Amino acid sequence: MSVTTETEPAPARPSSPIVRVHVPQRSFGSELRAIKIVWRRELIRFINDPLRVATSLVQPLLFLFVLGSGLQRLSSAGTHGVSLRTFIFPGILCITVMFIAMFSAASIVWDREFGFLREMMVAPVRRSSIVIGKCLGGATVASAQGVIVLALAGTVHVPYDPVLIIGVLGLQLLLAFTITAFGVMIAIRIKQMQSFMGVMQMIVMPMFFISGALFPASGLPGWLEVLNRIDPLTYAVDPMRRLVFSHLNVNPLARHALDPGITWWGWHVPAGIEALVIALLGLLMLGIAIWEFSRTE
Amino acid sequence: MSQGSMSTASTNGSAITVNGLAKSFGDVQAVRGVDFEVAVGEVFGFLGPNGAGKSTTINMLCTLLRPTAGSATVAGYDVVQERDDVRRHIGLVFQDPTLDSYLTGTQNLRMHAELYGVERELVAPRMEQVLTMVGLWERKDSPVGTYSGGMRRRLEIARGLMHSPRVLFLDEPTIGLDPQTRRSIWTYIRELKEREEITIFMTTHYMDEAEWCDRIAIMDHGDIVALDAPETLKERVGTDRVTIHTDDNETAIAALSDRFGLEARVSEGAVTFGVSSGEEFVPRLFAELGVPIRAVSVSRPTLDDVFMSYTGTTIRDAEEDMAVNRSRQMMRVMHGGGRR
Repeated sequence: MSVTTETEPAPARPSSPIVRVHVPQRSFGSELRAIKIVWRRELIRFINDPLRVATSLVQPLLFLFVLGSGLQRLSSAGTHGVSLRTFIFPGILCITVMFIAMFSAASIVWDREFGFLREMMVAPVRRSSIVIGKCLGGATVASAQGVIVLALAGTVHVPYDPVLIIGVLGLQLLLAFTITAFGVMIAIRIKQMQSFMGVMQMIVMPMFFISGALFPASGLPGWLEVLNRIDPLTYAVDPMRRLVFSHLNVNPLARHALDPGITWWGWHVPAGIEALVIALLGLLMLGIAIWEFSRTE
Repeated sequence: MSQGSMSTASTNGSAITVNGLAKSFGDVQAVRGVDFEVAVGEVFGFLGPNGAGKSTTINMLCTLLRPTAGSATVAGYDVVQERDDVRRHIGLVFQDPTLDSYLTGTQNLRMHAELYGVERELVAPRMEQVLTMVGLWERKDSPVGTYSGGMRRRLEIARGLMHSPRVLFLDEPTIGLDPQTRRSIWTYIRELKEREEITIFMTTHYMDEAEWCDRIAIMDHGDIVALDAPETLKERVGTDRVTIHTDDNETAIAALSDRFGLEARVSEGAVTFGVSSGEEFVPRLFAELGVPIRAVSVSRPTLDDVFMSYTGTTIRDAEEDMAVNRSRQMMRVMHGGGRR
């Protein structure tokens, strides 16, 4: 084992004097740096793991192409000639983001299990900076995955329209942030990966099925309608679907049946309000996550 | 050092001062009010069996645990009132690994530098310096997952030094490493101390490692039972350690007590006792003990003897006792649960 001594200096920097660095007092700027590096770490880990990118696409693609194509034969009357794959595409855009965002949030549990969380907890930065960095990182990673699915638009007869793409990206980012915040909020309380996976399955699948990602959210049985309106994912799927359908060339009958919009006691909720619901929920969960995280020793 | 905080840090030349520091977890008193000071530039060791309260003490000094009573300052800052200031001036190497094994060595260090707000233009040169110091410069771009246990430890030490701390805390820095790696880690630690001019506070339950420290505090059951330089502590024991292997330990102990007035005990299967001028005593021992002796060894006092003279047990026995107690408790819990 080579031991570097004073008389045997490192080749790269001969007899270099000690580089003394200084840790400044906490400031807004240093918190921003902390947020940025926590965010960057999520990105580095994502890019270094192509297998994760690939495997996390399997589920949405299964839904889109296998379920979509398979059920097509049963539902062609109900969709008024619109391909079922086209119909569920906005929903698939949402759940892709949702799965990945939850998975990103799980990294808090990994970090705790493998000790890295401690390294971040003892740093002279606010706990909120760590949580915000995590949420932004998860949102970025999830949106990046969403883009991959969005790139498949052509295969399900959805046009590559700039307005559509920008709108979808915006909604995906928003949803990804909210879901990551939600996941982080849960992950902070959970010490073991298995438990987190269990909880995730219990929450994600019902949210996905109830949201109307796979069916139009009108004329539902009363109990399901109530659940549908409570499900936050509903307010991401609906504006996404409106956006996609507004760029499709389908007859009004089909549009009315497949893209009925969300109503609150008979009132048509505008897409802007829906996006606002997602944003507010995200901020609320971020707040709770920060509060929880600041209390843990 | 050009910071305004320097005046507070070196008013009395001590890097750490501890007054009546105590911590309880429920009914359990983990640390029972300890007092000590660590001078600037010292390598100070906390020695004791697992569960003696070493880690609890170190966690309080690192602001990770709130003391139940007492106070402490590190680098001149109060560990309760000025947590952030303490954190800015200390480096930590934990007992359990806290590296991100998916990131490379460089990425782990950069993450640390950014979290601590190290001046941007100094991050790269400082990184090169600490990585070179621990001999990891060539492996800096490999993912930490590919490092050996010893390399990970060294990287953690490098990371702990990344922000030029005044005090470096090492909690069991060599636990779980093979003896050769342990020795090399120690060479690094001593060398770093010379180069970086920092104070090192560490815990260990390896006796031989405590020899590397300038001063050690022996901790047992949450209390400091002795505190001094290893050599001084050994001299204070005053007696050599004689260990004999016999077929009948009980009789040998009784005979030692009867004929020589020596108090002996069984440790790790052999009879052991302290006596002054051990070598001259051995002939008398063979002549007068009356119990056949199969083997004998005489040794100068070691830290083991120091530990024994203060606690009445060897560190290994103390740990075994603790393990036995734990498993007994577990049995009780299991049986209790079974009956219900």
